[in-house]
Formats: sequence, structure tokens, C-alpha cells
Amino acid sequence: MRLIIIRPAYLMFAALCLAVSLSGCATTGATLAPEVPAMHSLSEVTDDRVTMTPDPWYGFNRGMYKFNYNLDKYVLLPVVSGYEFITPTVVQSGVSNFFNNIGEVRNLTNNLFQLKGKDSLITLGRFVTNSTLGIAGLFDPATSMGMERQVEDFGQTLGYWGTGTGNYLVLPLFGPSNVRDTGGLIVDSGIHYGIKSAIDPLGNAEHGDAILLGITALDAIDKRHVEKFRYNGSDYPFEYDMVRWLAGEKRKLEVMK
Amino acid sequence: MKQLRSFITICLILVPALCLAADAEYGYPLPGPYGATIIGTPSALKAELPKEINSKRVLLDVIPGVTKPEIFYYDEGLKCTVAFQDKKAPLLFLIAGTGSGDQSAKMMALMKAMYQAGFHVVSLPSPTHPNFVISGSHSHVPGDLTEDAADLYGVMEHIWNRYKKDIEVSDFYISGFSLGATQSAFVAKLDDEKKSFNFRKVLMINPAVNLFDSVSRIEGTLDSIAGGPKEGAKYINSLIAKFTEFYEKSETTGFNENFLYALAKSGTVTQDDAARIIGVSFRIASAGMIFSSDVMTNGGYVVPKNRVLTNGDDLAGYMRVSTHLSFIDYFNEVMFPYFKSKRPGLTREAYIASLGLKNIEPYLKSNLKVGVITNENDFILSKEDRDYLRQLFGERAKIYPRGGHGGNFEYKDNLAYTLNFFKPAGGEK
Repeated sequence: MRLIIIRPAYLMFAALCLAVSLSGCATTGATLAPEVPAMHSLSEVTDDRVTMTPDPWYGFNRGMYKFNYNLDKYVLLPVVSGYEFITPTVVQSGVSNFFNNIGEVRNLTNNLFQLKGKDSLITLGRFVTNSTLGIAGLFDPATSMGMERQVEDFGQTLGYWGTGTGNYLVLPLFGPSNVRDTGGLIVDSGIHYGIKSAIDPLGNAEHGDAILLGITALDAIDKRHVEKFRYNGSDYPFEYDMVRWLAGEKRKLEVMK
Repeated sequence: MKQLRSFITICLILVPALCLAADAEYGYPLPGPYGATIIGTPSALKAELPKEINSKRVLLDVIPGVTKPEIFYYDEGLKCTVAFQDKKAPLLFLIAGTGSGDQSAKMMALMKAMYQAGFHVVSLPSPTHPNFVISGSHSHVPGDLTEDAADLYGVMEHIWNRYKKDIEVSDFYISGFSLGATQSAFVAKLDDEKKSFNFRKVLMINPAVNLFDSVSRIEGTLDSIAGGPKEGAKYINSLIAKFTEFYEKSETTGFNENFLYALAKSGTVTQDDAARIIGVSFRIASAGMIFSSDVMTNGGYVVPKNRVLTNGDDLAGYMRVSTHLSFIDYFNEVMFPYFKSKRPGLTREAYIASLGLKNIEPYLKSNLKVGVITNENDFILSKEDRDYLRQLFGERAKIYPRGGHGGNFEYKDNLAYTLNFFKPAGGEK
């Protein structure tokens, strides 16, 4: 449901940021003298390639990488720093705990899909504990009681059952991913939406839609607040490729467990 | 970059964990030079520092009119970090180590420690960092200590001119790590002529005695790879395969201390691997420097001359070519020819000799304000280099028994020594 609710706001971001990304493109392309081959080229490299997610759509992906950089710069990070400025840190961690607790539903379904009995029970225990003792998930007493978070998503479930990653894909807003995990994200969002519609927590509330929209926006702000990664934050000219490599390795290890 | 660092850290715990070595007086625990360099200081043994300080990132336009191609769209000026006191205080400039930016972990730790002790602190990226190569260097050809010092000095003057109306400064100090340490001495010597700051004290932390020699020693760690440095990617793949297999078989999920300890004990990753990982990460960093320099100078080294790269271009091939070139290749094929063309008659031997502390030896000998910290097992130095530092600096050289190349930088005793070094004598000011 996140995908669906976020859409109007996201489209606005998209339009704004695309405009920002595209402005300035026309200034390049000065006429230069004809090319001269470089002193060193790929023909002299006989080494293997470092193994990483294949990237045949690099043109699109590099565009998305830049799009996300601008989305951060002009929209998300200013909003996040405003949020961090006006909100006491205890409230910030309460918000993070709250959305993590809702995320336990995704963790539970996917632990079950992967037949992980013990992890499923831990996840269920966490959800029950944090929803009650933790006051609707605002606190996380479960972790201090020894119940560690067992993060699983549908991308990991697909991996568990043997699905390959497919090509590298940089998603708008969500960032580095691949075909398999993008499918997983859609399935997880679908399940989330289905459950929410069935329970319909705000069904009788006035302005229920507006409240849901606010909650979704807060969710997005919290996600960006928690994530310390900054696009091009390293200033390394090959950061895009390093991220493709390291994100892939990290994901590979996550699928294993 | 942070992700790279944490990944490497994980691979690295190869080190026989804590040892109670002979030198009981010095409590830094990691005995091996390479493991110490990668792991750094265990958090329980770090100096206590504030979580956050009132610092800010500033973007400087130090080379007006510099043109940058579209692939560097994210580079909007030289990035420096400043933390100012709201009262009169001494100001310390910091220069980051090879390939590192202004907010590298070591610089931020030192900034917090010195800010807490009442200093204004300004952190600058290394002249070998891509951001500096693009937006801070006039030649865009990094590595020459004299020219890099002039660029750094210009940046410091730029910052001072911008903020001198807002802050009150009693005295100026300067420090740096690794290559940044060596550069800090060159900057201090330049200041002796220009006198903008009249630095009161200069502290070099794990300096290279000679840039070329130290780089050769780091590059040398790759020689033990089967097939040599030319087969580095093959080696990385095999290392990751070993690591992944170990992780798959282990009981734990996530990389907690137990997992790392088990990995170290298992011998999956060896001391030699630790050395090679340092060599590989140095290559990765210098590839960024080589490529940025080549693009900015239109040098035709790894990118065809006159080619204009745009954001949609695939850079993976350039990365592959650049990581298969050593800093020594860059020295021989780019840096030396460039400076030779500017200084006719320059020989290779004379140029190499100029890239080190011996070049400014009389200055270092006669200026008691310059001090140095390093380690017995810092692998960027030879035994002769250490003897040279002892003989040149005498009491002003603090040489710890272990810590590798800056692994003990954040260890509480080390930071206390640094702090004490800069403390104005007799509590004046």
C-alpha cells in the first residue's frame, strides 16, 4: 500500500526532480578535437571481473541514481533535517520503533514462507510484546528480552527458494535493488495493503484517508532518517559501481540467513 | 567510503584477537600491523568523545571558473568541515590521509576531541581525494608535496578570510594523518615564508617519510597475490567466496563480535590477506584519484583524450583499467612527466627525493614546534625511516610499540598525547 498511497506525493517529487536533473543537460557537448586513444585501455586487462549483479540497464540506472541524488538534495533531506530539528530524539526513536513493529508483519509472513519455525515464533513474540508492553510499538522491550529482529522480505523468500537476482535495478526513492527484489517489494506491499484493508483501522475515523496519507509520509521520512547512506556522499567517481557491488554482496548474505 | 570500510573490517578480523603483549604499559591490544590498521581501536578502548558537536560542512569555490564535466555533477565545490567555538580560542587545521575526505572517521574523531578541548577545528580533504583533485587543486595532478601544500595553504587562507569576522582566534595549529601529516609539515614550512598563520605547533601523525617509498611499500602488499597485482580481481573473488562460505556455515546471523572472533580463529582470512586487503583498498582509492585527475586534465591516460563523459556513460570499464594501474604507474607516466615539463632538467631520482621530509630537513630540525607520532610497526615506514625520525626529532618523536598505520589513532592514550601536545603551555590565553 505504501507504493499506492505515496503516489501523488511521489509524482510531484518526480516532476520537480526530473526538472532539476534535466536542467543543465543542454550545456554540455562543447566541440572538441577528435578523440585520441588513451594510454591504458581494457585491452591490457586480462584479470577476471569482480563478480557483481549484471547491469545491462546502466543508462537507466545511472539516471535513477542521479534522480535519487536530486530527490534527496531538494526534497527528502531538507524534510528529514526539519523533522530531526523539531522532534526530540526520544520521539524519533518511538517513530522508528512504531514502523519497525508494523514491519514485523512482513517479517512474519516471510519467515513463514521460508519455513523458519523458530524465527517466525520470535517474530510473533516480538510483535505481541511490543504491541502491548511496548505501547502499540512505540518502544521495543522485546529486544532487551532477547528476541532479536528477524528481518525477512519477499525478495529474500524468492532467493531462499532459488530465484536468481536478475539484473541490477536502481529504483526511484528505494534505491539500489534488482529485478527479484523489486518483485519482492511489490508483493510485500500488496500483502501489507491487503491486511490493512481487511482490518481497516481507520474505517470509522473522520478524514481516514488524510490520516493514512500522513502516516505514510511519516513512514517515508523515518526510513530516510534511519538510512545514513548519501548518494555520491563518497565523492568517489566509481561510487555507482562500488554500491552495485557491495549492495549485491550484502543482499547475498542476507538471503543466506 | 563507509560501506567499503565496514566490509573490509568484516573481512579483516583475521587478526589473532586481543594479545597481552610484552609491552604491558601500552594498552593498545592488536599486535599485527595490518589487522590493527583495518580494525582500528576496539570501541571500549577509544577515548570518550561527544556523539555530536556543532560542526558544519562548507562548500568552497577556491578555483573560480573551474569547469567540470557532467559526470562530476555532484561536485559543487571543495568540501571542508568546520567547528567553531563561540569564544576566543586556538584554531587547528587538519589534513586527511591519502584518498580520504574531510569527514573521514579519523578526522572526525580528532575534530571532536579537539573541539571538546576548546579549539576551533577545520578539517580539509586529502589532496589525493577526488573532491580535492577536482575542486581544490590548481594543476589537478595530485602528489607533488610542494604544490599540494600550496593548494592546501590557499584553501586555509580562503577559509580564514571567510570566517575571520565571525570567530576570534588566539593561535593557529596544524596536524594531519599519513600523507596529510607529511603535507602538514610542508604547509608549515610554506607558512614560514608567507606568514598568514604563524603556526604555533605542528603535529604529524603517522607521516610518510617519503611519499614514493611509502607508496611502494603499500603497493608491495599485492605482490604476494597469485599472479601478482594484475590478478587482483581474481583474488578478491576468491577471498569473498571463502568469507561467504564461512558465513553460510556459521550459526550466527549478522556480524556480531562472536562471528568475527570465530572468523579470526578459523584462519579463513590470514594476516597476508589483511595486508593484501590494505593494498586492494589503496588501489581502489588511487583509481579514483587517477581517473579524476585524467578527466580534469584531459590527459588521455585512461579516458581517450577529448572524450566528454556524460552521466549515462558506463564507467565500470574505466574503473577496471584504473584499479589495474598502480600509484607507481601514475607516478612514472603522469606525475613525473608533468612536473618535469614544468621544471626542465629534473631527474627522476631528484624528484623522488624531493617528495619527502628530507626535502625540508633543515626546517624540521630547527623548528622545535614540529612533532611526530608513529608506531614501531607502521608498515608505510622502513626501519631506516623510523631511525631517521628519531634522529631528526629526538624527544619530539613519539613512537608507540604497535598500532600499524594509524590503527591506534583513536586509542585513548594516543588522543590524550595529541591533546597534550597542542595544549598551550602554562595555560596561557
